[in-house]
Amino acid sequence: MPNVLVVLEHASGSLRKAARCALGAGQQLAARTGGTFHAALLGAEVAAAAQEAAAAGATVHAVAEPRFTPYLAEQHAPTLAELARAIPAAWIVGAATAQGKDLLPRVAARLGAGAATDVLAFGGEGEAVTLRRPMWAGNVIADVEIATPVKVLTIRPTEFAPAPPAPGGAVVPARGADAPAAAKIRFLSFQPVKSERPELTEARVVVAGGRGTKGNFGPVEALADALGGAVGASRAAVDAGWVPNDLQVGQTGKVVAPDLYVAAGISGQIQHVAGMKGSKVIVAVNKDADAPIFQVADYGLVADLFEALPALLEKVKASR
Amino acid sequence: MPLKILVTAKRVEDPESRIQVRPDGAGIVTEGVNYRMNPFDEIAVEEALRLREKHGGEVVAVGIGGEPALSEVKAAVAMGADRGLLVRHDGPLDPPAVSALLAGVFERERPDLVVLGKQSIDDDQNQVGQYLAERLDLPQATCASKLESLESEAEKRRQPGLLLSADGRTLEVTREVDGGVELVALQLPAVVTCDLRLNKPRFASLPGIMKSKKAVIPQLAAATLAPDLAPRVVVRSLTAPPARQGGVKVADVEELWRRLHDEAKVL
Repeated sequence: MPNVLVVLEHASGSLRKAARCALGAGQQLAARTGGTFHAALLGAEVAAAAQEAAAAGATVHAVAEPRFTPYLAEQHAPTLAELARAIPAAWIVGAATAQGKDLLPRVAARLGAGAATDVLAFGGEGEAVTLRRPMWAGNVIADVEIATPVKVLTIRPTEFAPAPPAPGGAVVPARGADAPAAAKIRFLSFQPVKSERPELTEARVVVAGGRGTKGNFGPVEALADALGGAVGASRAAVDAGWVPNDLQVGQTGKVVAPDLYVAAGISGQIQHVAGMKGSKVIVAVNKDADAPIFQVADYGLVADLFEALPALLEKVKASR
Repeated sequence: MPLKILVTAKRVEDPESRIQVRPDGAGIVTEGVNYRMNPFDEIAVEEALRLREKHGGEVVAVGIGGEPALSEVKAAVAMGADRGLLVRHDGPLDPPAVSALLAGVFERERPDLVVLGKQSIDDDQNQVGQYLAERLDLPQATCASKLESLESEAEKRRQPGLLLSADGRTLEVTREVDGGVELVALQLPAVVTCDLRLNKPRFASLPGIMKSKKAVIPQLAAATLAPDLAPRVVVRSLTAPPARQGGVKVADVEELWRRLHDEAKVL
């Protein structure tokens, strides 16, 4: 039976939202292939997150060892590969986050497996599963098949719903693979981007600014804060150093799919659109009536963002 | 401590070109499409050049593909790479195959460092560096970035973002990760993949272009480096993405608010 193993990412004791989406994808795959449904959690402290994953019906292999926190691909890959062999798992699923993209190809290489990144959906019939994924910055959608016995993939979290509760789950303590004699990589530090706002990929509302802000993100941030949303940016704004790198929305940055996406002073290059077109409602505010962003916006307003955003903010406040 | 650095120079469709799926879904329309070096590989070449300018050493650019892929290897030489080589292969290659070929080149060249783009803008897989590192049992740092912005003084002075230790044995890399940046120290040899904000690549100089025109680029047959290049990931068909329907233009903020509040019900 083609069993499924989901590699889970966790932070401060609980599963990241992307991990719950990966579990959702794993559930779908296990139902398709008829295989058993497993998950792996590695870290210093994994008990609570393991319970969360078990509630989705997965047999959770919980490897609680201090050497797995902080995460390093070189540390995690051998244990995951060993676990995959022991199960044995034919499908290994992660989320297409920074960590997932760093780790899963390394696991695939250990297992001689092919891998697909940023999977949007499953196609094919029954056990013959094809994977739908974007290429050329989202200008093309490919249906691919992985030809190796073990198949590795990362799913795009915005395209899969978090796993609903399911019976049959359990937490099984597991051991990590033997560590290499001398580590060739050392973790030195993590510098978080300090923000009181919700995480970009998990926010219900995203207000994003581009070149049109001319470096003044004040109106963008004010509207985001009033709506309890996150701030995003186009590549032009990030490259100019106006906002931190991790706010970039696009094919090469973060892919988001909030209920409401407000693009302010963003022209709408395909690269940017690929990162936000899954949003439920897109609003564009731009002075240039011909900006391509208007072709994807549900509601377009040709206006100066420095006038329109504060005016919209007043409307929001007045409605409270 | 001089460094020998291997960098990749992949030939890809120009991101400014219009990419369209062929009617039979078996590929993309190539007529009218321009080609250039993968933008992430340009960042890799730039970083390698900066490391050489600071520490000395040699930069070797490698391309993989048919005859046309020579021009991207030459483009790396024009930017300043000391020499180039082309692994000759016609037909599609996936990340496992590319990493097998690069591992073969690594064994021949024995560089201290391999620097690649984090992904190529055609297949967008973001896998080759990781596969390569695992194959060679080397440490990896993907999505290399730096804390200074691309408008900073350090960037203007073309300082490398990758920091080599005084003894030349370890490399400190700032990585872009979710929620912030991470600093790791890699023991050399190592594999580094470059993100967008590591540097702004230079343009080739006129003397550089002249040099690249005269440069002899040795070619290696792919089969001599890796016997099995059959794709592990098989592309069955390509389609255009579902178009998102553009909506309406609203007259003013009043109408925008009303639509968002009453119609879309998101505010």
